[in-house]
Amino acid sequence: MTMSSALPTSRAPARWQDFLQLLKPRVMSLVVFTAITGMVCAEAPINPILGAIAVLCIAVGAGASASLNMWFDADIDAKMRRTRGRPVPAGRVQGADALALGVVLSMFSIMLLGMTVNWLAAGLLAFTIVFYAVVYTMWLKRSTPQNIVIGGLAGALPPVIGWAAATGTVPLNAWLLCAIIFMWTPPHFWALSLYTSEDYEKAGVPMMPVVAGAKSTRKQILIYSLLFTPLCLVPAFTGLGGMTYLAVAAGGGVIFLVLAWRVFKSRAGDAADPRQDDGLYDVKAAAKDARNLFAFSILYLTLLFATLLAEHLLDLPAFGGF
Amino acid sequence: MSDPQNEGPVDAKARRGRNIALALGLALFMVLVFVVTIVRLGASTANG
Repeated sequence: MTMSSALPTSRAPARWQDFLQLLKPRVMSLVVFTAITGMVCAEAPINPILGAIAVLCIAVGAGASASLNMWFDADIDAKMRRTRGRPVPAGRVQGADALALGVVLSMFSIMLLGMTVNWLAAGLLAFTIVFYAVVYTMWLKRSTPQNIVIGGLAGALPPVIGWAAATGTVPLNAWLLCAIIFMWTPPHFWALSLYTSEDYEKAGVPMMPVVAGAKSTRKQILIYSLLFTPLCLVPAFTGLGGMTYLAVAAGGGVIFLVLAWRVFKSRAGDAADPRQDDGLYDVKAAAKDARNLFAFSILYLTLLFATLLAEHLLDLPAFGGF
Repeated sequence: MSDPQNEGPVDAKARRGRNIALALGLALFMVLVFVVTIVRLGASTANG
């Protein structure tokens, strides 16, 4: 049984803040950040008002897909500590209302982006919403441990949408930004899942540590990290990033690899620690390395995109490129 | 949704908050449509 029909209803009335929570504002802020980076890196003159509307549409589209995700996943959200307080599983918002909000905001964001900016960007936004809400949420998440690998494409597309909004085209450099986020996703989420796998197991979500075990997950984190970190250097050689970017990507990449190696050598996710209490973000002693990689992965990706953004806004020197 | 005729103060406050948020959203949408129209018209006029 999926969705919220089997969930208990609460007497607490829905507040507007609950509907805002359905849009996952924190995820939305990351989407906006990467979309703006794509838009600025495109270096094409765009009317600032239309640029702001494009960013608004991308943000609302991301929120719409989050609402659709919370509608469909309410049953498994109710079983996990990290998500059981969300508006639908907590009974503050009815599933049908979350569905309606997601559908309405999807249509609003796609149509407004298409009519005001361009239809390539709107088409990419529509694809992203459908990919996240249908392909990832309804299909992959419950059926394969590769869920976050393939589903990561939805989170990787915002810079491409931003680029398309600014130029009406999506050149190789736009897809390079997409590829960086895409390759970042597996080590990032698997590091998290190493110390939250009990929750996923309880909810029946086939995350990699649940299906393949912690040892295999740690090995795959290392493999993806070995692919991800050199990829982060590529923008410096395609004219997208400059000297500062190269320094940040190289320095951060070394730290990322060291942390991934530590996770590989650790026993993160292996066995339950009897001293563990029931706190939401408590981490078993053995999983500290996984937590460190998870935290640094967020910082690293943020630094990469912030550096690109700063270089293009401040017109810092390029590395050379070819 | 609660019945407005028989709701308590907490329900009424929540409903008022939802209504205000919806009204602000609709007002923002109107402003957006107006601004986009002006920008688009301006661009078309400038291009001849």
